Amino acid sequence: MSLKTHQLLQKKKKNILELWMKNQLADEGLREDLISNDELRSQSEELVDALVSNLSSENFTNLNSDEWSPVIEILGGIAITRARQGFSPRETGNFVFSLKEALLEVLKEEIGNDPQQLFTESLKINRLMDNLSVVTFETFIKGREEVILRQTDEIAEISTPVIRVWDGILALPIIGTLDSARTQIVMENLLQEIVETGSSIAILDISGVPAVDSLVAQHLIKTVSATRLMGAECIISGIRPEIAQTVVHLGIDLSNIITKATLASALSHSFKLMKLEVRKSNIIAKS
Amino acid sequence: MDKIPILRLGNFLLVTIQVDLYDRLALNLEADLVQMVNKTNARGVLIDISAVTIVDSFMGRIIGNIASMSKILDAETVVVGMQPAVAITLIELGLPLKGVHTALDMERGMSLLKSMIDIDEEDIDQESTDDDIITQ
Repeated sequence: MSLKTHQLLQKKKKNILELWMKNQLADEGLREDLISNDELRSQSEELVDALVSNLSSENFTNLNSDEWSPVIEILGGIAITRARQGFSPRETGNFVFSLKEALLEVLKEEIGNDPQQLFTESLKINRLMDNLSVVTFETFIKGREEVILRQTDEIAEISTPVIRVWDGILALPIIGTLDSARTQIVMENLLQEIVETGSSIAILDISGVPAVDSLVAQHLIKTVSATRLMGAECIISGIRPEIAQTVVHLGIDLSNIITKATLASALSHSFKLMKLEVRKSNIIAKS
Repeated sequence: MDKIPILRLGNFLLVTIQVDLYDRLALNLEADLVQMVNKTNARGVLIDISAVTIVDSFMGRIIGNIASMSKILDAETVVVGMQPAVAITLIELGLPLKGVHTALDMERGMSLLKSMIDIDEEDIDQESTDDDIITQ
């Protein structure tokens, strides 16, 4: 045996990169719409560089060794950007697997005449690359999860606006399912807004809530009670017939909460509470 | 020993809690306030808790107690200026403070108290006129 595998691979770095690029470009799943060839090339080059130069006979099978951290870092970076760019898991996986193929091919060319050695070395490379693909995948999924979390936050933020419909009357349309976390946000926003605007009436419109079960009802009752503690009155509006049915079937007592069918009737009720009157003006506009 | 001042304002008693209540202070306040209601024949008690940022179940109960005790002594209690965080905490603790009236700020609390007491007095007037009619 003239050369150790890692030395061999270091020597053949150019070949590996070329082969890998060829593999990647030949792949049907190449996403030219998401990443340009130049960019792909520079990504690949960076990875091959880091991989090959960090190879040594000791760390070949031990992925925990510190020398691998630059490689893992690069892979992680690539995986996260790919997750954000919208690559599918298969495409991200193929990115690493095609590198493995390139490595094995180079190895075959070099020591193909010694099946015994080829087998042991291939096994090692296999193990290493499998480990690396697992790392890639983990990071990819983490990147995806971050995207999902950010979206959840965004939805929670945009879906709980507090609207000032009249001087002293706030309206809060709730859209989507009310869970504990959202109730907390809704409640905090509403109470904060009540303090800031000095409003005495808050209308909670639940026409956008798909279903009301006992938990959601409990959340609503909590919000109403908290508003009352602050010294404001809370009206629940937008109760659809189906919701009224489920509420009664579940035996939830909403009798000490003012409930209205529509936002309009809630508003007119609040006018009454504030002793305001809305009238059609009798003055005829002069033309 | 700290003491929370109780101010008299016409028919009302005014309590402004400027510090975070600890148990002893709250108990003292309860005793003092009931004494004051009795002594001054106050018709309403206004408790301003806008500076209170921390409450526990004990404090919630004390406020409830003060309200019930004043009610027996024929005075209404209005709690004003509750902070959002305090309101949420009380609800999470399962203390919706039944029997306690609330208002956003001192001004509204005062007008709420006045309107409640006016209604009471109107009732009395009504009854007396009714009596007059009967006697006539």
